Amino acid sequence: MTEKADVDPNPIVTKLRDWEPRAVAEVIAFRGETTIVIPREFLRGAAEYLAVAPELDFKLLSDITGVDRFPVEPRFELNYHLVSITHGVRVRLRVRVPEIDPVAESVTPVWPTANWHEREIFDLFGVRFEGHPDLTRILLPDNWEGYPLRKDYPTEGSR
Amino acid sequence: MTTVRTAVGESKTMILNMGPQHPSTHGVLRVVLELDGETVVKARPDIGYLHTGIEKSGEALTYSQAITLTDRLDYLAPLSNNLCYCLAVEKLLAIEPPPRAKYVRVLLTELTRIASHLVWVGSHAIDLGAMSVFLYCFREREEILNIFEMVSGQRMMTSYFRIGGLALEPPPGWLDRVDHFLRIFPSRLAEYENLLTENRIWLARTKGVGVISAENAIALGVTGPVLRSTGVAYDVRRAFPYSGYEEFQFDIPTSTDGDCYARYLLRVAEMRESVKIVRQAMEKLPAEGPIKADAPGIVPPQREKMKTEMEALIYHFKIFTEGFAPPPGEVYQAIESPRGELGFFVASDGSPKPYRMKVRAPSFVNLQALPMLVEGRLLADVVACIGTIDIILGEVDR
Repeated sequence: MTEKADVDPNPIVTKLRDWEPRAVAEVIAFRGETTIVIPREFLRGAAEYLAVAPELDFKLLSDITGVDRFPVEPRFELNYHLVSITHGVRVRLRVRVPEIDPVAESVTPVWPTANWHEREIFDLFGVRFEGHPDLTRILLPDNWEGYPLRKDYPTEGSR
Repeated sequence: MTTVRTAVGESKTMILNMGPQHPSTHGVLRVVLELDGETVVKARPDIGYLHTGIEKSGEALTYSQAITLTDRLDYLAPLSNNLCYCLAVEKLLAIEPPPRAKYVRVLLTELTRIASHLVWVGSHAIDLGAMSVFLYCFREREEILNIFEMVSGQRMMTSYFRIGGLALEPPPGWLDRVDHFLRIFPSRLAEYENLLTENRIWLARTKGVGVISAENAIALGVTGPVLRSTGVAYDVRRAFPYSGYEEFQFDIPTSTDGDCYARYLLRVAEMRESVKIVRQAMEKLPAEGPIKADAPGIVPPQREKMKTEMEALIYHFKIFTEGFAPPPGEVYQAIESPRGELGFFVASDGSPKPYRMKVRAPSFVNLQALPMLVEGRLLADVVACIGTIDIILGEVDR
């Protein structure tokens, strides 16, 4: 499942490495999809680079998905699905966020569409986004307690 | 409330609550509008009134059971959702449905696109005051729903596509029904166009209303007809083909106007393209052949085999009691739904239930563009703009 990163021929990974060697922590290839794991502190910088560099041109952020890996630490996983319309390529960025400090930098300034995706993840997972213009609950009522998509939140019955 | 400076002096703005109970909000959308007279200064969509926790429910069901949840997302295009979910799980399992199943899938999802666009044209017209188009559109949609009922037994919540293929063999004579529809439909489409395309009231209500640029649309993640109305020919069927779409000949209609009228013309043009695709799918469809992949332990065995083979009986029992377990990993599968890029992110931890099932709902993302479309325009245009995005609250709120 996990390929050795330095033999991976994926040009996106190579470009990202050229930009900042520390920005690529791991490269996962599974079923023809590439996932680049990025350390939390390089997320915003990598996002800007991927969106602006003309040979990459990842202008469309199609989705952000949170995953709760409870009880594994770092507990939360954020998956950013990027599309380059000009080059017809998809790539997934992944950032891992620990439970004690569930904060990631917001990418809303890079891709304005991230606004609602980040609000949804805040709403359902309780991960906060630094620099988000309006980090409030989006699907649940404002006075809701708990974060339903966390694995320690029951599917049925009262908490 | 804020004070705004106008040509005739200062004036106070007013907050107006639109929805969640409002006929033109297509369900339970609430928009908080800040008005200066009749001009919209600020619009803030408020969603979540239909949140049913579909993603959380999916984690408690097996992979096959979760198909039934997908129908309930975009209830005007249930087969598109079925297709996207099944493709995602098939990618996770690395299995491929047989050609016959693929073509039936393409055929039915394109009919779904026509049915969904018909509801859109009809309800958008009724929002803007043209009653009769609505009745005509529902007449043709009914015919498509009859085809769905014939094939799957259900008009709307079909759950007809299953992991590895189709649920049932389509009944004899169904292609005649499809053929009949394809023969009458183009002339019916011309009828709606007669009523709307050059109608002066229609033009006044839609032309130059809700304009968005290509740059802004991409930045806001907008896909589907709304993005194509700005001149960007991004269609997942062409950009990242799935289910055999690379074999089909069809055009991607685009426009550079970026207004409500352009989006109306595009959706009508897309219905014509879908008719072409359905025709091709009918020609390509083999008369005989399996409709389910050969994947023991994942696809339920044939009834006949269960009566003679011990193994088949065991597989049947295991599939329906505990399900099947894909290898650990994550996949993202996108398709072009009538509303834009519909995506399923499915994560497996090696158990028979999806560890995480995330829906990338096109309506949810496209709705973010609403403030950009309406701010600075008249209150009456808000109705036209909500309609033109073509939101389905079932998938916005999930």
